Amino acid sequence: MNTETNILTDDDSWTMVIRPQRAWWDLRLMEVWNARELILLFVWRDLVSIYKQTVIGPLWYFLHPTLQTLMYFFIFGVIARLPTDGIPPLLFYLSGTILWALFSTTLSGVATTFIGNAYLYGKVYFHRLAIPISVVISNFVNFLIQSALLLIVMLIYNLAGFGIHPNRWLFLLPLLLLIIASLGLSSGIIISALTVRYRDLQHFIPIGVQFLLYATPIIYPLSAIPEGWRSVIQFNPLTPVVEAFRFGLLGQGSVNPPMLVYSIFFTIIVFFISLLAFNRAEGTFMDFV
Amino acid sequence: MSVVISVENVSKIYRLGSYDNRTLQEEIQRWWAGLRGRPDPVVTIDHMSQLEPDHEMLWALRNVSFEIKQGETVAVIGRNGAGKSTLLKILSRITLPSEGEIKIKGRISSLLEVGTGFHPELTGRENIYLNGSIMGMKRADISHKLDQIVEFSGVSQFIDTPVKRYSSGMYMRLAFSVAAHLDPDILIVDEVLAVGDLNFQRKSLGKMEEVAQSGRTVILVSHNLYTLKQFAQRAILLNSGKIELDDKAESVIAAYSGESPEAPKLIAEKIWAIEDTAPGNNIARLDRVVIKNQKNIPSTKLFSGENISVEIDTWNQIDSAKLSNTIVLYNEDGEIVFSTISNHDKKWHGQQRKIGLYRSICQIPANFLSPGLYGITVIICTNGYSDFFQADNVIRFEVTDSGDVRGDFIGGYSGIVRPLLEWKTFLVEPEKLTAGINK
Repeated sequence: MNTETNILTDDDSWTMVIRPQRAWWDLRLMEVWNARELILLFVWRDLVSIYKQTVIGPLWYFLHPTLQTLMYFFIFGVIARLPTDGIPPLLFYLSGTILWALFSTTLSGVATTFIGNAYLYGKVYFHRLAIPISVVISNFVNFLIQSALLLIVMLIYNLAGFGIHPNRWLFLLPLLLLIIASLGLSSGIIISALTVRYRDLQHFIPIGVQFLLYATPIIYPLSAIPEGWRSVIQFNPLTPVVEAFRFGLLGQGSVNPPMLVYSIFFTIIVFFISLLAFNRAEGTFMDFV
Repeated sequence: MSVVISVENVSKIYRLGSYDNRTLQEEIQRWWAGLRGRPDPVVTIDHMSQLEPDHEMLWALRNVSFEIKQGETVAVIGRNGAGKSTLLKILSRITLPSEGEIKIKGRISSLLEVGTGFHPELTGRENIYLNGSIMGMKRADISHKLDQIVEFSGVSQFIDTPVKRYSSGMYMRLAFSVAAHLDPDILIVDEVLAVGDLNFQRKSLGKMEEVAQSGRTVILVSHNLYTLKQFAQRAILLNSGKIELDDKAESVIAAYSGESPEAPKLIAEKIWAIEDTAPGNNIARLDRVVIKNQKNIPSTKLFSGENISVEIDTWNQIDSAKLSNTIVLYNEDGEIVFSTISNHDKKWHGQQRKIGLYRSICQIPANFLSPGLYGITVIICTNGYSDFFQADNVIRFEVTDSGDVRGDFIGGYSGIVRPLLEWKTFLVEPEKLTAGINK
């Protein structure tokens, strides 16, 4: 810190000082803010370009969760006959699918940040967090679009006489989504920082995400888990969030406030660890990629 | 003038031994090789030659210090692996230095490539925004300059077409056009000067000159020494990660091109001292081949503006032999530039020769070869054209641009040769003021 102030007084004002090591707390968040236009452009690029030159174009945003839901419905609902907590199965799977997509696509998108964007990072500098942040935002927009589908299906069920009653826990929704997105972002960042040196992790991502899917009450309700295993599943920080999401939105299931608080703390800690890992990796990762 | 870039004792070390492990497989390979006392299979040979004795560290840059003042145009030159790209990467913040400190004043843009981040599915217009933002322009800035960028690129007709439908020339023009409108205080450019067709090259070089003359600070890295000479006032010569020379551009470039050890070994003269190893047959054998400059001195460094001669000495071993010489000239891409036969020399061609040493001289005129590296293959025909022997690639030389052909043109030439040809222009018909052509 001393040298920093010396420089500023000795020779008038330098715009930028490049040194070998950055302090671990020096996240240069102002630079992230300055890159906001770029972040939004990346979001726009991802949303616009992904379904270009496809026949049904943006309809894919709806078709994807619909097909996934139908698949779960037949395999887990019709064939395996897993219970759904009294929620109509289609609604149960659809809500789980789009919430899980927010987490899993964020995680896998962010996890390839360094390696997948080496062509950009190797040619020009912009704050390296711009890309992970843009990935979270595009996945969030994706989630909002797909939520419209969920609302429509809920409305249809209500009109058909099934009572789907959101309750006051719905007000927690922004917090729940924030936790899910942050967990996806943080674990993705940690993996991306480690992948720079250990490519093996890259191959672990798909199977790891699949494992997490089965360890989270997405295709089954927590109540369907035998007592002994339930506490294990509950220590998955995603579990209380998914349960609260369904309870607030569809009026069935459970909320476990202490476990929610646990999730929040877990998220905050992982988030800070990820920032540190990222800060450590970003300075010289181009030497390894 | 104030200092806008200050580089102090900057070093960049690549640790090859323990940090570069990319996959478990490589790590295991390395461990296995280490057990058997073999060299590291993962480190590339290129790096091996520059390794420290402990075989662990590669100093891509070592204690590099310099200052650049506002408005200076500085060229960074040096061989491959001298540390140019590492220096550029550090100045562009792509990677951090291992030691030292760099201080920068003002908005800096680096052009290590044009069109970074172009998305093939997006239109030209959309890509201008995307690429401009990636390069650090503000959105409002881009909107403000959009018309200029489109006009400069010359692809306005296709500006709303996805760039994947562009020809590579159009793509490069659009990409360069965005780059040309960055307007930073400090510009770092790498090897992107000559893009696109000749016409656009002139345009882009003109733009570069404009930037350099507008008082901006420019750092330039390129292998095109001639272009560097045009733009740069000052040059920094890097060698094995250290600054070897930091001086006026002309003197550094002259020192560098005089040395140029990057080229394969150049040979001005080849003498076969031992008869048995000389190329030949029972009729004749080669004795000596030499290339000479205008002053008649054997030289591997020739200027495009001077006359060059190639001498071939052949021992004729039997009476009444009929000999002819052929020279085949290859350029560095292995293309044949020309081949020439000594069959127009009426005094000797087709005539019977007595035993003895004969010398044939071939003149290559000035202002004919383009700058570059060349190799000469000599073929001796001993009986008509059916019996022959040859010596491949015996002479290797380099032609440097002396600028005689260029005039005021500073761009790149296309074509294998660069002859200075005669041009004449005259007025065929004066404008008739009374005729209605222009109405």
